[in-house]
Amino acid sequence: MLRLPPFTYLQPRTLGEAVRLLAEQPPGEAMAVAGGTDLYPNMKRRQFEPKYLVGLRRLPELRFLHGDARQGLTIGAGMTLTEVSTHPQVRQGYPALATAAGLVSTPQLRNMGTIGGNLCLDTRCNYYNQTYWWRQAIGFCLKKDGDTCWVAPGSRRCWAVASSDTAPVLLALQAQVTLLGPQGERTLPLAALYRDDGIAYLNKGHAEILTRITVPPAEGLRMAYVKLRRRGAFDFPVLGVAVALRLADDGTCTEARLALGAVASAPLLATEAAALLQGNRLTPEVIEAAAAAAFRPARPLDNTDLTLAYRKKMVRVHVARTLYQLAGLAAPAAL
Amino acid sequence: MKTVVRLRVNGDEVEVWVPVHKTLLEVLREDLQLTGTKHGCELGECGTCTVLLDGQPVLSCLVLPIEVQGQEIVTIEGVAAGSELHALQAAFAELGAAQCGYCTPGMILTALALLRTNPAPTRQEVKEALAGNLCRCTGYLKILDAVARAAASLKDGSSYGG
Repeated sequence: MLRLPPFTYLQPRTLGEAVRLLAEQPPGEAMAVAGGTDLYPNMKRRQFEPKYLVGLRRLPELRFLHGDARQGLTIGAGMTLTEVSTHPQVRQGYPALATAAGLVSTPQLRNMGTIGGNLCLDTRCNYYNQTYWWRQAIGFCLKKDGDTCWVAPGSRRCWAVASSDTAPVLLALQAQVTLLGPQGERTLPLAALYRDDGIAYLNKGHAEILTRITVPPAEGLRMAYVKLRRRGAFDFPVLGVAVALRLADDGTCTEARLALGAVASAPLLATEAAALLQGNRLTPEVIEAAAAAAFRPARPLDNTDLTLAYRKKMVRVHVARTLYQLAGLAAPAAL
Repeated sequence: MKTVVRLRVNGDEVEVWVPVHKTLLEVLREDLQLTGTKHGCELGECGTCTVLLDGQPVLSCLVLPIEVQGQEIVTIEGVAAGSELHALQAAFAELGAAQCGYCTPGMILTALALLRTNPAPTRQEVKEALAGNLCRCTGYLKILDAVARAAASLKDGSSYGG
């Protein structure tokens, strides 16, 4: 059997105590765990062998969701993906978020995994998400225990892929995240949480805990999330496209944000594509131009499911399809 | 680190003295001899170790017993009433929805949670609910049929529904 490595399990009663317990240990020796759906498989494969686990699962301070599209939403990081995806205010006011949370993994894992955990999801790679023995057989990799990136052997950085479904949507919705650490609380735009580096992919101290997500009001926003994966039932995304836009009565796009998942080590905001939409009506020409612009910065590498060339091509296709859908236009049959 | 864990499994209070890093799956099978819960991938991908936690399907290979003390755990052993099979078990048997049988406990528990919240699911809803349970024999059609039959027999009151 694939068993967990031994550790000591600490059960703080408050968030403050949880931060203290994490801060008492050197980085890597204590890790926070909520749903465990990302961390425990990684621990079984010996990607992580912390001496201490600090359990966040039962902290009531992380378990809330309030607000609506008019006031904005505040989501406790400990809310499960099932709770987020089925919450009436999320479904009504933030349908793309409900969709994305509902497309993560499987029903069982959504009952366990949390929205905070999905935002902090470890980056993924074919050469990394393998058992210890498999990784040992190839001499390990740059992300863990080795010194070569097998995706790009000449590279000095790790190219593991940001694979969260909720992150692109929350980026497109301009969400902010709040972290609690030994120095106190800080709030930052979600985009600032991420770094395009497969190893150090989060701008978060080891004793900092993501406590809540704040999503601005979204009344009148059109939004969608489209996920590309091999199986309809469950898989990590090989591409995620999130779009949020506002159209004036005459059809002019007054606000647009596009975010892509699974094309880099961080979820990416496609700012150039968004700029092409802003101030324009969403005609087929404008949509195609924006899709082409979103396609350019996407640089998938050969380290997830499906082929690299196909994944890159699909960025353009899925961005265009999503924009046609949000504009209320039929996409061309060739798309 | 060994610890005492108090669990509520199939309505019984049990106390086990186990290493804290043993998963619920391992404790159910190795310490409580409840081997109806199967171990498959042990990485959260296959669904065969599904148990119900406060009525919701979860994967016991990724749950630590210490995290679920005080919560209600139901395994496949807790589904029948003595010798009387639950409607789902009867339907799986009648329709041959179990081939090798390895995924069956997880399938039945996941379907049980579905029927409790949605007594008359559409075929699509059954598919979505069972999306996390892999059948290595690929006998999905009989499984979907069995869930539909169980839902119908529960509705007309002709079989035991827990």
